[in-house]
Amino acid sequence: MRYHTPDNFDEASALAAQASGTTRFLAGGTDVLVQLRSDIVTPDDLIDIKHIPGVREITNEDHGGWRIGVAVSGAEMTEHPRLELDWPGVVEAMDLIGSTQVQGRATLVGNLCNGSPAADAVPALAAAGAHVTVVGPNGSREIAVEDVPTGPGKTCLEKGEVISALHLPRRGHAAGDAYLRFIPRTEMDIAVVGAAINLRLDGDTITEARVALGAVAPTVRLVPKAGAALIGSTLDEAALDKLARAARAACNPIDDRRGTIKFRTKVAGVLAQRAAKIAYARAKGDRK
Amino acid sequence: MALDDQKGGFKFIGTRPNRPDGLDKVTGRARFGADAHASGMLHAAILRSPHAHARIKKIDTSRAEAAKGVKAIVTRADFTQSLQPAPGMKGENWNILENVMAGDTALYDGHAVAAVAATSALAAKDALKLIEVEYEPLPHVTDVDKAMQADAPVIREGVAAGTVPKGLHPNVAGYHESGHGDVEAGFAEADLVVEDHFVTEATHQGYIEPHACLAQLGADGKGELWCCTQGHWNVQKVCAALLDLETSQLRVTASEIGGGFGGKTAVFIEPVALALSRKANRPVKLVMSRAEVFRATGPTSSTSMDVKIGMKKDGTITAAQGVFRLQGGAFPGAPADMTAMCAFAPYALKNVHQIGYDVMTNRPKQAAYRAPGSPMAAFGVESVIDELCNQLGLDPLDTRLKNASHEGTKASYGPKFQRIGLVETLEAAKAHPHYTAPLKPGQGRGISCGFWFNHGGETAVSLALSEDGTVQLAVGTPDIGGSRASMALMAAEVLGVPYDNIRVIIADTASLGYNEISHGSRVTYASGLATIKAAEDAVKKLCARAAAKWGIPEDAVKWEDGCAVPSGPNAGEFPPMPIAEITRKMGATGGPICGHFEATPEGAGVSFATHIVDSEVDPETGKTSVVRYTVVQDAGKAIHPTYVEGQFQGGAAQGIGWALNEEYIYGEDGRLQNPLFLDYRIPVASDLPMIDTVIVEVPNPGHPYGVRGVGETSICPPLAAIANAVSAAAGVRMRQLPMSPPRILEALEKQAGDG
Repeated sequence: MRYHTPDNFDEASALAAQASGTTRFLAGGTDVLVQLRSDIVTPDDLIDIKHIPGVREITNEDHGGWRIGVAVSGAEMTEHPRLELDWPGVVEAMDLIGSTQVQGRATLVGNLCNGSPAADAVPALAAAGAHVTVVGPNGSREIAVEDVPTGPGKTCLEKGEVISALHLPRRGHAAGDAYLRFIPRTEMDIAVVGAAINLRLDGDTITEARVALGAVAPTVRLVPKAGAALIGSTLDEAALDKLARAARAACNPIDDRRGTIKFRTKVAGVLAQRAAKIAYARAKGDRK
Repeated sequence: MALDDQKGGFKFIGTRPNRPDGLDKVTGRARFGADAHASGMLHAAILRSPHAHARIKKIDTSRAEAAKGVKAIVTRADFTQSLQPAPGMKGENWNILENVMAGDTALYDGHAVAAVAATSALAAKDALKLIEVEYEPLPHVTDVDKAMQADAPVIREGVAAGTVPKGLHPNVAGYHESGHGDVEAGFAEADLVVEDHFVTEATHQGYIEPHACLAQLGADGKGELWCCTQGHWNVQKVCAALLDLETSQLRVTASEIGGGFGGKTAVFIEPVALALSRKANRPVKLVMSRAEVFRATGPTSSTSMDVKIGMKKDGTITAAQGVFRLQGGAFPGAPADMTAMCAFAPYALKNVHQIGYDVMTNRPKQAAYRAPGSPMAAFGVESVIDELCNQLGLDPLDTRLKNASHEGTKASYGPKFQRIGLVETLEAAKAHPHYTAPLKPGQGRGISCGFWFNHGGETAVSLALSEDGTVQLAVGTPDIGGSRASMALMAAEVLGVPYDNIRVIIADTASLGYNEISHGSRVTYASGLATIKAAEDAVKKLCARAAAKWGIPEDAVKWEDGCAVPSGPNAGEFPPMPIAEITRKMGATGGPICGHFEATPEGAGVSFATHIVDSEVDPETGKTSVVRYTVVQDAGKAIHPTYVEGQFQGGAAQGIGWALNEEYIYGEDGRLQNPLFLDYRIPVASDLPMIDTVIVEVPNPGHPYGVRGVGETSICPPLAAIANAVSAAAGVRMRQLPMSPPRILEALEKQAGDG
């Protein structure tokens, strides 16, 4: 195994492009190192991107959005004084991952690139409308978060491509987001179902809504019909009912050791409704 | 709740000093199994079957042997050839050998087939990939009911014990039947009879420390073994048998132990490490991964049970019967007899009948887990009693009090109970504010009783006095629950010396006579009894030295508060002679002073508990939380109440995991789907409420201070108590464990559909 510590993303991309065997980028390592130790994946080239300048920074961008470096840990996001005011759903989703120790290492982009359908941060990012900057052999490109995963453990990134930053849009007024997941325990578990809601109000009426679901399909899934079910409503019973039905219709889960198809489908509707109520309250200014 | 009238007279018993191993454990200084180290030591790894059931046609180790760093490879051929299979438990050493290293057939996913010792752990792991095993997959079965059906694949012919009735499937390895009275007549007398079917899944003991050992065995047949175990004399005996050694030539030392709960009463990796060491002529260290622990060490049995109970309108039970089928993995030994005998033990019954089946499947050999077999029985029986109380409108505690076993009751399993404390636990539960506290909407309350036999067993203890009057106490039962503190308290009580002046160690196999495993909740009872007797033996010798000094008869001296004193006015007038004054001169007055005691104490008192649980169920997701929990249990006498409470809470915590989320999940391919803590869900700290405890003390006449074992009874009631609470909260009877969210939602939907 060769261990690399590039100084910039072009160098990181070039190393990956030249590598011939199994290649992994290392940031927090909460997936890569675990897989290495359990003999699941032994990389030939391990490219540590933690030493690239700026990767540990959360910065406010010119247009009012946020840029989050690829090695920013969950704990750093939770402790940031302003990020949670704008994107409480994204921050709470990241904060649910792993234990306190894992929170000191785990990263948003790592959660995205691991390609798990059950990733907690990814539905919240997709609902928020986040995108990533990708550096590759042919220059850089921007990709919406929901387009990155293509299947369990798979992403759309090509050989030599590496994500250099994640961007959250400008929050704007009268808006709120929320993420809820179902686990049988109270913490330190993998989502059996995840639901993220991001919406904006005009008065009491929802004018924008994005809904994303986790662990109910081969990838995290943005569900436009579920978002549409909310738009124009005041989150009344009829809208909540339509939301649950749209969320359940988008489910294409599997039966496995964590849950059944029937259970996941039913609970996806329940969680979408509950997350919508929290996002709505937040958009109304409730910061509890 | 210690009874005031029994507290009198004790100076040390019942106090709560810090445990002697506390500092070592919180600073990381304690040496657990994987902390052992020897110069020149090799690291070992075990190759395991990926098949649930397969004939092993060929094992080619030549490529692995040639790999860099590899020093030895063993297969079944490197173990004894002199053991033979035999029906039932008669061939147990052969069964253990077959489990430790497969013979011609891999019997379950994870069954060991070969092992490598190499210069690093990584080299050993890499070498495993170079061993070529040719398997011929065979049909498999992992479910207990399916394993008893006519078309089930046979795990092994000729295993059935003599007690198994003719005509049953060869996978039925053992059979138990007991009871008294006429159950049919009893059911005819009942106003209501409830009969139901219950299922529980296999659960693992879930100890945090994986099995680990360091072995050294030379061509001269002399060996040293350091290992993490609940019973090192048993390890010594079994390893000697599996490797053709003389027992005394293998010296075994037990490490600190990071949890056992019964799972470390069995032998898995120690003979393998010894065989590798003998072949490589180097020390060999072997540490299991968590996945290996799940796949190849003992979970408890899964069960399928039928329980039928008849009751009169006033709550009197008229008859009870149960059929308990226990899945024990690919070997005989599932505790179906224990399950059957414990099932109805809390109740004084005129008519009772119980049957237990020990059934083999393609799963790992079940191992003991806290009161093996009893918690599942209580789940079935106490659920039916709960249902009867619901349908007849009876109070569940009053109904249990009405039927409770007491001193003189002919137990459901045969003998007459001596002094027991079930009624006292029920009365204490009834008096506890928890029982009458109001419930919130969506919450339900459940109660259950539980019973365990407890055990004595072979025990040897030695105690040596130092010249400064301090004490070294050597016991042979690994400390799995704070027992060193309890032993020091009991020795302090007899000797009258401060608790801190006593150093307690777990001696190796060469230093004491045979000590049975730390199991059966026997340590505080049996090693405690032996400690008291050993200390009394030392006191007798101390008194004799004082008598010689004073020139009076030995029986004219007694021991009081750490000093020899004349036994009465006729003995003469001498000032008290403190222990340190006697020991300072012992070299010149007759030599070292030691006390010892060896016996097989048989007065372990049985123990009962009553648990009260409140739970809350989310009807939209099926998620359950346990919001309040109270354990009431008879401890006989609590030597160190903090560790008694710890045992109560630990049993409840493990019971919560077993009831709600823990389970072995097998795929269609017969492979274990969840061999990691990620998907084998034991409770995390935030899943548990504060578990309240009430210590009831009804002294055991078989122990000098009245001790009853407490380690196991605490896990008997939780499955049923939680199931009763969840059933009440959800409004639907839950008959299958674990009561995971999908199962609860399914039950709610089914009920809504039926309604």
